[in-house]
Amino acid sequence: MNRIAMSRAASLLRQTRRPGRLGWTDILSYAYLALGVVLMFGPVLWLVLSSLKTPAALLEFPPSFLPLTQKTISVPGHTQPLELHRVRLPDGSVKELAQIRRIGIQATMIDPANPAAPAIRVPIEAREPVREVAFAWSNYTEPLKQFAFGRYFANSLFVTLVATIITLLINSMAAYALAIYEFRGKNAALLMVIGTLMIPITIVLVPVFLVVTELGLNNSLWAVILPGAATPTGVFLLRQYMLTLPRDLIEAARMDKASEWQIYSRIVMPLTLPALAVLAIFSIMWRWNEFLWPLAVLTKSEVYTLQIGLNAFQGELQTQWHYLLAMTVMTLAPVALVFVFLQRFITTGIANTGMK
Amino acid sequence: MSETGSPPRAFPRDSLASRLIQAVAGLADRPMAWIQRAVGGRGMAYVFLAPNILFFGLFVFLPIGINMAMSLTGGTNLFLSERPFIGGDHYRSLMQCGSYLDPASCREDHFWKGVSNTLKFTIVQMVAMVGTALVTALVLNRKIRGRGFFRAVYFFPVLLSPVVVALIWKWILQRDGLLNGAITLAGGEKILFFVEPGWAMFWAVFVSVWAHMGFYTLILLAGLQAIPADLYEAAEMDGTKPMRVLTRITLPLLWPNLVVVLVLVLIKAVQTFDEVFVLTGGGPGTATLMVVQYIYETAFANQVQNFGLAAAASMMLGTLLFALTMLQLWIARRKAA
Repeated sequence: MNRIAMSRAASLLRQTRRPGRLGWTDILSYAYLALGVVLMFGPVLWLVLSSLKTPAALLEFPPSFLPLTQKTISVPGHTQPLELHRVRLPDGSVKELAQIRRIGIQATMIDPANPAAPAIRVPIEAREPVREVAFAWSNYTEPLKQFAFGRYFANSLFVTLVATIITLLINSMAAYALAIYEFRGKNAALLMVIGTLMIPITIVLVPVFLVVTELGLNNSLWAVILPGAATPTGVFLLRQYMLTLPRDLIEAARMDKASEWQIYSRIVMPLTLPALAVLAIFSIMWRWNEFLWPLAVLTKSEVYTLQIGLNAFQGELQTQWHYLLAMTVMTLAPVALVFVFLQRFITTGIANTGMK
Repeated sequence: MSETGSPPRAFPRDSLASRLIQAVAGLADRPMAWIQRAVGGRGMAYVFLAPNILFFGLFVFLPIGINMAMSLTGGTNLFLSERPFIGGDHYRSLMQCGSYLDPASCREDHFWKGVSNTLKFTIVQMVAMVGTALVTALVLNRKIRGRGFFRAVYFFPVLLSPVVVALIWKWILQRDGLLNGAITLAGGEKILFFVEPGWAMFWAVFVSVWAHMGFYTLILLAGLQAIPADLYEAAEMDGTKPMRVLTRITLPLLWPNLVVVLVLVLIKAVQTFDEVFVLTGGGPGTATLMVVQYIYETAFANQVQNFGLAAAASMMLGTLLFALTMLQLWIARRKAA
């Protein structure tokens, strides 16, 4: 960091401790935050606005901010609706006229209020299209019908839900064993869990592909679900939480002749719900957004997840941006909803565990 | 606690989640009781541990071994029994270079191009990421109105998928996109961001900082908030200059968190693939091709799938990551001590 930024940051800090007056450092930090809002939200807003534009409006350059389309009007005597233009007439007045046809640089216009009057010919520079805000909802409805978008969505949903359930189950079982019991090989097991932290899927792409192929799971959604189901972060998070539970509870249950499974599933699991919820949110995020591994293992389009489907679609020679943008919005919508409702939960979860 | 022989209930029975757990867990009661009778109460530890360890073994530890074997065998077959042993040939061809400073002089020029791109990307991204995250955390740590809102603003891209992030920016940066529209309105010339290598790399870094900065901001913010307020009060009473407060109190006390963030950013940056792959496809040419993309393409996307070469390259990347993670653990340990 350079010196200017440093001294600026320093004075920001001092201002914090001084209540009341709005100093220049406050203004500076609000300016920084305002810039942040534009830079962080702007692109997403632009995506959403663009996704509602017609293909013709998308081709416009420079692009208009809102989704605008040419306003049309039905005029008696003409079967098709006519384009409405604002025309500067030779006498200097400006009037909204409907265009019957255009040949070269000459356009033939008619007054929609008075269709019986003779048509006027005007040069095309004298007219300017009248435009209105119109949302092209078909960008959203068409992909659902035309492409396998619904399929991809269902695949992603299946992967996310099933994988999260498996992750919660097997991670909490392992965490329970590592938190409650003393047994031979416990340290080895703990070391093993730490060891897996160091081996991201990036490193074992090829051999995991071999394992999955040997298991006969090629091009099935289980090939995406299973390899990432056991997570070291999940085991640690749950174990740390379970270590804080009172031991008396478990001892008392044993006295009551509850089986170990019952203690785990009826006493420890419900008490671990807060930690399980954090892991569930993370797992949902990981799975919904997962890219490299599904990209490597899914080669048939009927098993594509949303991310892979989107990527395939954008890679096509003639990218149909109007559909692609709408599909992108639909892909981020569930995540946005989760964020709106669970924002505080997620941010404190990350601040406490340092995982992503 | 229950006084009878029935299992105790230590949580409200009416919550939906707990009722669901009850119902599902009940199904396994009987088989689990049999297993417990067979292995004994203490033996159940292994039963609980088994599924997770099985998954780790099958999809993490076994693959490490296979990866090593694969990198030492040749041919195009996926199955190890069909692959001839070739020793270190893959490693040798990866390392075969006229000059290590010039990727074009190497036998596997794409690998070295990937290495040099990843190195460039990592260095620039680390500085940009930690710098912006630190400034943002310092600003967010002040008494400002709507702090929760602003924190959320910086954080939300973290949740977006890399494909979505890349497409959002691809749309803005395309030839007739928003940015070129603004440049044209300001009287400039359109810039083909994905045709000029320098710009492509710039945007690769920018977009990845945009997407992940919020995460590191959160970690740093948590660190800032853990600094005792009375230190600042004491400094205030002594009339300490703000610059000194920053360099003598804030930064030294934040230093452990800062180091953690640095190493985390480093580990992630070395593995960069998703956003950049969708944003630029590694292009123009190979200007933004990263090591992971090289591995992926060598094994899965090229005409001839060279699993052995990809395995060898990923062994090398894995060794680097192992060293970095060791560094991270060592730092975390020192921080705890």
